[in-house]
Amino acid sequence: MPNWLSLTATEIQALQLSVSIALRSVVFNLPIGIGIAWLLTRRRFPGRLFFDAIVHLPLVLPPVVIGYVLLMLLGIRSPIGAWLFDHFNIRLVFTSTGAAVATAVMSLPLMVRSIRIALEGVDRGLEQAARTLGASAMNCFCTVTLPLMLPGVLAGIVTAFSAGLGEFGAVITFVGNVPGETQTLPLALYSALQSPSGSSTAAHLATLSCLLGLTGLVLAEVLARSLRRHFGHTV
Amino acid sequence: MLTVELTKQQGDFSLSVQFKMTDSGVMALFGRSGCGKSTIVNLLAGLVSADSGYIKLDDNVLLDTTRRINQPPEHRRIGYVFQDARLFPHYNVEGNLRYGLQRNKQHSVRFQFDTVVQLLGLTPLLLRHTQHLSGGEKQRVALGRALLSQPRLLLLDEPLASLDGVHREELLPYLAEIRDELNIPMIYVSHQFDELLHLATEVLLLQHGQVITQGDLPAISRRPELRSLIGNDALGVVIEGQVQTIDHPSGLAQLAIGDAILNVNIGTLQTGQRLRVQLLARDLILATSMPHGLSVRNIIRGSIVSLTPDEPYAVLVNIDIGGATLVARITTVAASELHLRSGLPIWVLVKTVTLRGHVYPSINRLQQQLT
Repeated sequence: MPNWLSLTATEIQALQLSVSIALRSVVFNLPIGIGIAWLLTRRRFPGRLFFDAIVHLPLVLPPVVIGYVLLMLLGIRSPIGAWLFDHFNIRLVFTSTGAAVATAVMSLPLMVRSIRIALEGVDRGLEQAARTLGASAMNCFCTVTLPLMLPGVLAGIVTAFSAGLGEFGAVITFVGNVPGETQTLPLALYSALQSPSGSSTAAHLATLSCLLGLTGLVLAEVLARSLRRHFGHTV
Repeated sequence: MLTVELTKQQGDFSLSVQFKMTDSGVMALFGRSGCGKSTIVNLLAGLVSADSGYIKLDDNVLLDTTRRINQPPEHRRIGYVFQDARLFPHYNVEGNLRYGLQRNKQHSVRFQFDTVVQLLGLTPLLLRHTQHLSGGEKQRVALGRALLSQPRLLLLDEPLASLDGVHREELLPYLAEIRDELNIPMIYVSHQFDELLHLATEVLLLQHGQVITQGDLPAISRRPELRSLIGNDALGVVIEGQVQTIDHPSGLAQLAIGDAILNVNIGTLQTGQRLRVQLLARDLILATSMPHGLSVRNIIRGSIVSLTPDEPYAVLVNIDIGGATLVARITTVAASELHLRSGLPIWVLVKTVTLRGHVYPSINRLQQQLT
């Protein structure tokens, strides 16, 4: 029983890596997610439905396909990947940054959905009131719209983060399974299952993943509720 | 001075209006719902864009479609009180009040925080959350918030419509107070004629997106178009007069209306105050000779100017009482039995209790404050 609580160095490394990659993917996703949600909710432009579908594609595609597409787009021999490497010395393949990018693409639809629902719940009348009181469009967004959609944004962050901890297919396809660099919890679990002596490690990692996922989902709900109470209206 | 010319097409509805407004007082936009009142204030505030038009406030062109000028709402310095308060739920009352103030500090602060808070009785509410306020309190906060954004013009879109009777009565005096003390021109959207009696210094009568007429309330109250808007029961001439004497033992105040004297309930009236009363056409009783032994306190002598048949069984009788014209609505049978005809001397009977006076500052006083 005691060794249920003690984690090996490899397991701790996988956990840390998972958390770090998921965090980075959320930081990367947040402004993009708000931007896309705003475009989809507030703007009417040609091709909006198509754009909406593209954003949500990772929800329905096999993650391996996303990993493959990323490899084609951002791999070191692709034009964008080569440009990133030549000009900024950024290499994505086989790095944790690449893992964060793959995770971000996979969790973007979750983030966008959550923010979008929150944005749709914001009373446009309050924004109009803010404008007549002297707030510019940007100032109004920052002081009225954003605070009012905060519960949804926070829920989106927590959901995307929780999902990001466990991203498997896209990560392993795009950046491989490099211990200490791209070997997150699920990848370490996969490796453990491949080795004959790894069954205890696999059980450890699986339990850990479940706990993290549960904590994330409960936290998201608690946050949303407390904020709703604070604002006392429909968000 | 506000100069407005606007056109706007919205589906089947087309709006085309032109009007001017002076620097003080309350201009009421009056008409049925769907006549374009709210669209006009939204266009003025810049929340809706006009198809074509021109808006000039003081020396500032806010909209000129021919020159492609269209200032955004935040640059117009026009305050807006919405029907549904629209307080920010994530700020408390003080936060709401300061929102506009903070964003307009570069302009000279005409309306100080403390003054506005005191005028609207908001001190006990400052730290409250907006969702715990009553409807009337919400509107008072919205009013204060709009004033503190240092506007040059205040728009009020049916601010009383979402309130029940008691809260309406509670808010009206505050609006009158703002009109009389703060000297800011206001445009007041309403479809309740009694609100106009309280507040309006000028009326813009609207129908189907067009201005029917513009004028002061006594003049508007005699317009035939008004009747289809307010109905027969609310029809009645509005007259303005000055309180001459106050007779405490009888509880009556005497109001000079043209050559006639009208007794009204004393209330909180003071000598010299200007008062506005509406004499409802259905409340007036006519007599062809001076009546005796009646409880009625107001017996005014006049002469019939004209008779207008009104619906199958009623007649509208216009009566000159010397400097003012009254309208009475009586049955056709009564009119023929009394042989009413123009030029006939007549006595008009009005019960004191049916008269409600609305204290009202003269335009002169409002203009004096400006200088």
